[in-house]
Amino acid sequence: MEKLLKLDKINAGYEHQTILKDINLEVKKQDFIGIIGPNGGGKTTLLKVILGLIKPFSGKIDYFFPGDFKDSRTFIGYLPQQVSFDKKFPISVGEVVLSGLISSGRKSTKSNSELNILLEEILNKLGMTDHRNTSIGELSGGQIQRVFLGRAIISQPALLILDEPDSFVDNRFEHELYEILRQLNETMAIMLVSHDIGTVSSYIKTIACVNQSLHYHPSNSISSAQLKVYNCPIDIITHGSVPHRVLHEHK
Amino acid sequence: MMNGIIEIFGYQYFVNAILASSLTAISCGIIGSYIVAKRMVFVAGGITHSSFGGIGIAYFLGLNPILGASVFALLSGIGIERFTKKADIRNDSVIAILWSMGMAIGIIFIYLTPGYAPNLMSYLFGNILTVNTADILFLFGLSVLVLLFFSLFYKKILFISFDEEYAKSQNIRVELFNYGLMILVALTIVLNIKIVGIILLISLLTVPQNTANLFTKNFKKIIIYSIVIAFIGSVSGLIISYYLNIPSGATIIFNLILIYLLVRLGKRLLKL
Repeated sequence: MEKLLKLDKINAGYEHQTILKDINLEVKKQDFIGIIGPNGGGKTTLLKVILGLIKPFSGKIDYFFPGDFKDSRTFIGYLPQQVSFDKKFPISVGEVVLSGLISSGRKSTKSNSELNILLEEILNKLGMTDHRNTSIGELSGGQIQRVFLGRAIISQPALLILDEPDSFVDNRFEHELYEILRQLNETMAIMLVSHDIGTVSSYIKTIACVNQSLHYHPSNSISSAQLKVYNCPIDIITHGSVPHRVLHEHK
Repeated sequence: MMNGIIEIFGYQYFVNAILASSLTAISCGIIGSYIVAKRMVFVAGGITHSSFGGIGIAYFLGLNPILGASVFALLSGIGIERFTKKADIRNDSVIAILWSMGMAIGIIFIYLTPGYAPNLMSYLFGNILTVNTADILFLFGLSVLVLLFFSLFYKKILFISFDEEYAKSQNIRVELFNYGLMILVALTIVLNIKIVGIILLISLLTVPQNTANLFTKNFKKIIIYSIVIAFIGSVSGLIISYYLNIPSGATIIFNLILIYLLVRLGKRLLKL
């Protein structure tokens, strides 16, 4: 399958602290990779390296742009873990979604009516059509997440990166979100960081465990024993027809 | 009354003042909307006050005070933009240090300057009636520059101000834009000092914008309404100050705040 991205022996971190060591990873078209690992293990750092927000200390990233993309960042759509923004900032839902087209990286420039149709389409997909002119500060947490997802996908990126998109949305939207992602995956590769591997496991296709090093697991089921080998101590997971988790005892 | 108003328009200084008011409304309306949206009001206050240091040094050296003010405003603007990105000193502390340092330098140099400094008060409190043709040309150039910049880059300015991190991830040259805008903020402040003075300038950059914000939450509309409100407030303030024989700068500001309060009150009454 067509390659989009290749990380080769990446070492990265902040200031003097190395967080990621010797990372190798290939992302291909139609991939849906779940990234798991303990807090502080470097999941977000990995995303930032791929996005070009952090320069790696050493190693190499290769991007393979399909046809009409011309630079590394513009072919990636990104939904950050927590967008901190000013609730009073004078910007509407429609404007935030359209800001996903801010980059001049795409060659085709669209007319206003084309933009309008595109925006309607995205808002419709996210169930936000009625909120086009609503101020961003008037939305609920789940709605805000939808708007930022809209911003990430309006440029029709080849790769969509999501950092714990389920961390502050309501349950109802969580399910809808993964259904939307499943549809999007038909046209774009997806990398998804999640702490809740139980819920996402039926949607993702492969798993990458990140805890300083990265272990790629080419299927969507993983056992506790494998996680141990991968040095990836997280709570999970048993698989069956219905994914479920074993929780701690109530006290 | 009507005859009186027609009569004062016969005075060149009054015509100049009206021209200056409209140009002030444009530059402060636009730049103020940016400052308010980005919560940079304290930054603007710091730049304004630090420019007094430049005025003091220029007085001492016998140079044009606005030149001195420009140098100080630009340096403190760029300094604030630079230091706020570093974590080792608090953003608001940097601003307070530059703010008071500028004022201290200004006071010391004006004290050291032999003789009486006659225009000093007009820099602190402004005097729109002393505006000359050169001032108007500068204000005109600034208005054109600001208008041009904001029409060309409106969307980028809006999106960067809303979410810098995202803009960076999309390969936008965020730092370049932020420095560019900081320079426009500094120039707007310096060139408008003569209108209302250092101490009152901050309200031209915040009060019309907050009045506009009572009507709309759209950035473009906030800009347009701010310009209109600033213009109405300045011209009516000017005429009132002429008739009551009180300082123009203070009257304009008081007028703008009065408009804000009335609109707020009116909005609340209509809702009930």
